[in-house]
Amino acid sequence: MNKLAEHKRQRIDELTARTAEGGGVSLFRDAGRRLLRNPTAIVGATIILLFLVIAIFAPLVAPHDPVQRFPELTKDLTVDTIPGPTAGHPFGSDPLGRDFMSRMIYGARQTMFVGVLATTIGLLLGVLLGGVAGAAGGWIDVVIMRFTDVMLALPSLLLAITLVALASQSTQWTVIMAVAIVNVPIFARLLRGSMLAQRESDHVLAARALGVKRRHIVTRHMLPNSLTAVIVQATLTFAVAILDAAALSFLGLGDPDINRAEWGLMLGVDGVRYFEVRPELAYFPALAIILVALGFTLLGEGMREALDPKNRR
Amino acid sequence: MPLLDVRDLSVVFRRDGTPFTAVDGVSFTVEPGQAVGLVGESGCGKSVTSLAIMGLLPRRGNKVGGEVLFDDADLLKLRPQELRDRRGRDIGMIFQDPLSSLNPVIPLGLQVAEVLERHQGKRRQEALREARKLLDAVGIPDPARRLKEFPHQLSGGMRQRALIAIALACKPRLLIADEPTTALDVTIQAQILTLLKELVEDSGTALIMITHDLGVVAGLCDTVNVLYAGKVVERAARHDLFGAPRHPYTHGLLQSVPRLDVDRGGRLHQIRGSVNDNIPWPEGCAFAPRCDRVNDACVGETVPLEPTFRGGALRCTNPVPQEVPV
Repeated sequence: MNKLAEHKRQRIDELTARTAEGGGVSLFRDAGRRLLRNPTAIVGATIILLFLVIAIFAPLVAPHDPVQRFPELTKDLTVDTIPGPTAGHPFGSDPLGRDFMSRMIYGARQTMFVGVLATTIGLLLGVLLGGVAGAAGGWIDVVIMRFTDVMLALPSLLLAITLVALASQSTQWTVIMAVAIVNVPIFARLLRGSMLAQRESDHVLAARALGVKRRHIVTRHMLPNSLTAVIVQATLTFAVAILDAAALSFLGLGDPDINRAEWGLMLGVDGVRYFEVRPELAYFPALAIILVALGFTLLGEGMREALDPKNRR
Repeated sequence: MPLLDVRDLSVVFRRDGTPFTAVDGVSFTVEPGQAVGLVGESGCGKSVTSLAIMGLLPRRGNKVGGEVLFDDADLLKLRPQELRDRRGRDIGMIFQDPLSSLNPVIPLGLQVAEVLERHQGKRRQEALREARKLLDAVGIPDPARRLKEFPHQLSGGMRQRALIAIALACKPRLLIADEPTTALDVTIQAQILTLLKELVEDSGTALIMITHDLGVVAGLCDTVNVLYAGKVVERAARHDLFGAPRHPYTHGLLQSVPRLDVDRGGRLHQIRGSVNDNIPWPEGCAFAPRCDRVNDACVGETVPLEPTFRGGALRCTNPVPQEVPV
């Protein structure tokens, strides 16, 4: 009997403690908490974190300089033999006698850099266009949306190739900009759609009934409520951006600098050319790209679940 | 002098080319400190009237006519900027669904503070302190904690209290409540109505209560306007309306309310037909096809709104005699 009363008291204490801490959890903090309980997101985040650490600490992790040609590797180099793993070079050599493992590690840096930047630029431009279209409506909306329709009418890779071709000289930046611009219409349409839905919502009507300024209605009430879809799309775009950049490099439209270690480039040039001699030159970069893309896709999927307001308590 | 003088307000929606008259020459006045009810069934133009007064109807495709005089200024003719300055400061509004009327990603405190910052130029910290007092005043327990919470963490009653706090934050002279209790269960409904009544009486704020619930009107309003198909069909002081409804529609509505003091066995009275059976106002009384007291005078031309006594008015050719008990 005493035990039962004791148990009851404990339970009440637990419950009150829980309600007390419940105060003031923001959507994003709450979503972050749910993200940490989501196994899909955890797996994705772990993969990305791993590659990020490798990318950031590349000079510490890599055994050698990625552009240096080693005499012990070049001496065995012929048209149809590329040295395999040795004690000093665990992944063996690349076709120019450079340390393949170091190039893979530095490649993480290049590839992630391209992916992050292309996605961020695309996101910002898309949010700008979509936000203006959704907030302004009327002819501004029509003009922006027809513009995005034209961009969406072309297959994304074809559009990226066209954009790269427009630039007089292909550098790393033309690749980043091309991949970013290709993703702009997707972000723009997505944000504009949710902004339109927000515009009709009761709480926006309520804000208007309070005389809140248009600028504040757009920035405080419509935009924050519309961003969820765009944030999730960004994580998914990340994977696409890396693959698109790799595809451009693969087609020979990427950065012509032969010293640059970038997975897409390594796969597209050396991997394809020497596939019969040493298939690892294609396998490793391909596997790395797939892994990072998978990581972002899983994280995006987890974020979609976590940010879904229906899952909030 | 009335605080709000609505004269011959009309709203015409033009959807797919065919015009639809949602509000058809509605006139009424609200005195300072007075509570006025707008009653009627769904689609009679109650909410559209309130949105038109606030200038919140979409501009495109809609035509709003008549005059809405507030402080001798015609709200319908004000520039959008001037109207925005008045909304929330001079006129507050409470909506039906308290959850969807609050922004889900912003803490409650900031939503209350926003209107204070906007209209009174208060700084964030000062506005938040004021917000806490306001939440306290509308009976939200532990307001300091609630300020940091999000709408989904509050109960339905608390959300509606919060909306009332926002609407009353700048001490408006007029509060428009559009079905404020429809989304709440009856016990909370009673609490909210009591709260509104107290606040209105204490602060001298005038109130327009829009509802389909005659019980709400009975407890709260001084004057009641009964709307049917976009027109006022009867206006009367509360006691006159409930004591002796003259319009057959009002009479029918009151008889449809279940009562504790009369026979339990029988069926509830019902008004036959539905709004779809209306005839257009220019061809007679819109209610005629559903009316028990219909006669020849009901069809042919618009039935005028004739003044009765004590500021009342009636739009009927064959009203219910005053002796008939309800």
